[in-house]
Amino acid sequence: MLRVDHLAVLGLEPVSFEVGDGACLAVRGPSGSGKSLLLRAIADLDPNGGEVELDGLRRSDLPAPQWRERVCYLATDSGWWGETVADHVRDWQAIAGELEALGLPESCRDWPVSQLSTGERQRLALLRALAIAPRVLLLDEPTSALDTAATAAVEKLIAARRADGLIVIWVTHDGEQAQRVASRRLLVENGAVKPQ
Amino acid sequence: MIEYIRLDTLDLVLAGLLLLINGGLSLWLRLGLERHLAVAALRMVVQLLAVALVLRVLFATVSPWLTAGVALAMILFAGREIAARQARGFTGWWSYGLGVSCMAMAAVAVTLFALTTQIQADPWYHPQFAIPLLGMVLGNTMTGIALGLDSLTSGVGRERAAIEAQLALGATRFQALRPLMRDALRSALMPTINAMAAAGLVHLPGMMTGQILAGMEPVEASKYQILIMFLIAGGTGLGAVAAVFGGALRLTDERHRLRPDRLVKGR
Repeated sequence: MLRVDHLAVLGLEPVSFEVGDGACLAVRGPSGSGKSLLLRAIADLDPNGGEVELDGLRRSDLPAPQWRERVCYLATDSGWWGETVADHVRDWQAIAGELEALGLPESCRDWPVSQLSTGERQRLALLRALAIAPRVLLLDEPTSALDTAATAAVEKLIAARRADGLIVIWVTHDGEQAQRVASRRLLVENGAVKPQ
Repeated sequence: MIEYIRLDTLDLVLAGLLLLINGGLSLWLRLGLERHLAVAALRMVVQLLAVALVLRVLFATVSPWLTAGVALAMILFAGREIAARQARGFTGWWSYGLGVSCMAMAAVAVTLFALTTQIQADPWYHPQFAIPLLGMVLGNTMTGIALGLDSLTSGVGRERAAIEAQLALGATRFQALRPLMRDALRSALMPTINAMAAAGLVHLPGMMTGQILAGMEPVEASKYQILIMFLIAGGTGLGAVAAVFGGALRLTDERHRLRPDRLVKGR
């Protein structure tokens, strides 16, 4: 279980909530309202206050890199640092079975990053996050560049991982998607975070 | 040693006429450089004559305190240069402090090493050796650190998404910054490597030229130049590594977060 306790980050009121094993919490709100800030604060990517616990383990008791391996943030615009796709995936075997589900061929591991389309980048960034086997996935509009079929494939893939216990917090602009993927919803508006 | 040929004022005026030609060309081609040329030339003449007068006093007194004072002033001036050369420097005291402390550490260590073990003047801090040696090591270390820090800080702005993607996947700050730090150190050391590789083939280094003109036997002059090149390479390497690591630490925090808020906004 992920427990967020009085998490405070510049621009947002302190927020507390819990997400159980295998659950998905959707976060909605207007652009610039602080949804990404909330996810980044949970992953400890920006200075923040308060405490976050995962399975009873306090974030402050773990070195930050170990925390982020368990609680992985996936940005809307993914960053790439190597030449080919394979340079970015820690454990290719862990995701080999999921490439096809997202419409990607096995050979994509040798693709040069510079030639990836926006949609390919978005799908591969999701897979490279899944390859480190996180307990919690913080998804920041993970299907914003995808068509309907690819969006459905991503939702199905996440649902399968949730069945194995993956905890998901999913930022989306799409109200219908929030209904489909999550059992609970948060609204971020004017710096305040409240249940919807 | 052959006696050196003294220059009188007329010799310098004759050489200065070349600048008048440059100024004339600038006016004719409307380059707008004539003012810059004149100011730079005037500054050069005044600065070099002033330094010569200071050195004359220093050499006459051979005081360790005066020598240390001049060395400190040189270091502080060079620190300002480093801060001024950053397109996106650090905020607050760090913009000046990081460069100047790394440069001082490296240049002073290397110069002291040379003065006490290789030059062995009497006394070891004799300004005739200490000041020119420190000046040469300092000038090159300054350039190396300025290039290294500029490469690092501009790289962070450009590669922010890539760095944060690695951090988000559990990389440590040094793992995430490694490509940038490698580029920064390459930028810092490349001028020194190029200077060593080209020395003697493409051009005669300034110091060696000066010593030959002053009458020194060429092989002796080349030995001095080799010594200086080693000192410069050592100082630049030490200073750049310290500055780039220090910069990487400042650009991140103890929770391995990227902190671009510690850089001034782009100019």
